[in-house]
Amino acid sequence: MTSIGQLRSQVASKERSAVEVARQYLERAERLDTEVHAFLRLTPERALAAAEAVDAKIARGEDAGLLAGVPIAVKDNLCMVGIPTTCASKILENYRPPYESTATRRLEERGALIIGKTNLDEFAMGSSTENSAFGPTRNPWDLSRVPGGSSGGSAAAVAACEAVASLGSDTGGSIRQPASFCGVVGLKPTYGLVSRYGLVAFASSLDQIGPFTRSVEDAALVLQAIAGHDPLDSTSLAVNVPDYRQALVSDLKGVKVGFIKEFFAEGLDPDVADAVFEAIEVMRDLGAQIQEVSCPRFARGLSTYYIIATSEASANLARYDGVKYGLRDREADALVPMYGRTREAGFGSEVKRRIMLGTYALSAGYYDAYYLKAQKVRTLIKQDYLDAFAKVDVLVGPTAPTTAFAFGDKVSDPLSMYLSDIYTIPLNLAGVAGASIPCGFDARGLPIGFQIMANALEEGKLLRAAYAYEQATEWHKRAPALAAEALTR
Amino acid sequence: MIDREQVKKVAFLARLELTEEEQEMFTRQLGSILDYIAELQRVETEGVPPTTRAIEVNNVVRPDELVVCENREGILENAPDRAEDFFKVPRIIED
Repeated sequence: MTSIGQLRSQVASKERSAVEVARQYLERAERLDTEVHAFLRLTPERALAAAEAVDAKIARGEDAGLLAGVPIAVKDNLCMVGIPTTCASKILENYRPPYESTATRRLEERGALIIGKTNLDEFAMGSSTENSAFGPTRNPWDLSRVPGGSSGGSAAAVAACEAVASLGSDTGGSIRQPASFCGVVGLKPTYGLVSRYGLVAFASSLDQIGPFTRSVEDAALVLQAIAGHDPLDSTSLAVNVPDYRQALVSDLKGVKVGFIKEFFAEGLDPDVADAVFEAIEVMRDLGAQIQEVSCPRFARGLSTYYIIATSEASANLARYDGVKYGLRDREADALVPMYGRTREAGFGSEVKRRIMLGTYALSAGYYDAYYLKAQKVRTLIKQDYLDAFAKVDVLVGPTAPTTAFAFGDKVSDPLSMYLSDIYTIPLNLAGVAGASIPCGFDARGLPIGFQIMANALEEGKLLRAAYAYEQATEWHKRAPALAAEALTR
Repeated sequence: MIDREQVKKVAFLARLELTEEEQEMFTRQLGSILDYIAELQRVETEGVPPTTRAIEVNNVVRPDELVVCENREGILENAPDRAEDFFKVPRIIED
């Protein structure tokens, strides 16, 4: 299994050219994706052009960048100039963005090779990738199960070694939950650390872009490449980005770790609970001081989230009206019916359900009872985090209550699907940082995720805890059988 | 909690021309979701300020300078229907 560091040094020393690396991964992705369906589209022209630029720089003796020659997949809600960006929705099926997202621009400026756009739940709304208008992604560990969501394609692409890293977006767990289901590292940075410019908006006060990788070190490197202030996103934080590699220390001496009591309650799969408790013991052996922490208001996280996220989504998705881009109903002879029919035909069920809920929550007479109330409870949930981080450096717990579930298991009951995000949602409401890293396998051989959380802009603490744990364990070295051949290269 | 008439009204506000089956399904599903989130009404929030953004960043401004839009044709090419440099839409005003 090739790391970013190895690949970059191979390309820099001319052991392999970036063009060869791009071709190898494009070929692998095309072959494996007949089973996995992680990608909605490969972007060979873009990847090969980037690879040629990297090789030319190396030939001239120049530094080709932090991610030189690294094949990366990108969730299909990030805009790339001229490349269809669909959000896995029929309403954007033929949309070709006239502008480039800051995250993809920064990746390529640092030498990355963007090999394709990955599948997702439509507009990032879902926890299984079953809500894609273009068919689901399958979990590389068990093709009869979901990869999680909404960034299921990005998680599966990295798990299947179709890409070395990928980008996803996390609004209520959409990076961490699929990382858990697919047995890879998934990092949701502090809100505002990575520019959202060119990320198609779902819930603007919660959305954040972050990486999927097969190691903590690789996650640190991709974060390094995309983090930092961007004048094109007014919520982007004007902070200096530290060198995250310096945070990668192999012990936890003096680090205070809190485990969230409320995360170990009814509904948690016993295999997941066992693996997470074992992970906490590994941290103790590495020198961490472990204590129990209570966050009593997290129990209201799901309700709070489903009001705030759907309200923001109902406003953000008002732009899909058939006028400036995307699908248009051709039959309607007047404007208002054209809007209604275009949106009816273009959106899938989950998106309509959330637009309806958000529109209801914001409508006259209900605003105070729902939206304003949820914003107040959000303050309390954030306060639980701040109280906890006054006592400990990082918080830990399970990423999701279960391992990957079977296709169709939760489709007919929206609430049961929403409960899959119960441990990831509070973090987005508070805007702080979190990651999921592999910490074991259940009785069926499905990966289990360990969630590590840190206060706003404390990615260094988070990465140290994750790295030390990872170095002391072997879980991250396993790969699904269908990707085994990639491990020997 | 929420009835069929309210669902139709909300659908109109959201500009969604729902089918009969969807109206029935959403009445049922939104009802059970609203039942679940009613738990928030029991949370004491007297004197608690609302959080409108995850991380507080205020009054971000930039100089108000004209810049050239670099990809005007790229924008217009996405139009479902256009006439020269305009987006074309169905009639807005009744005859």
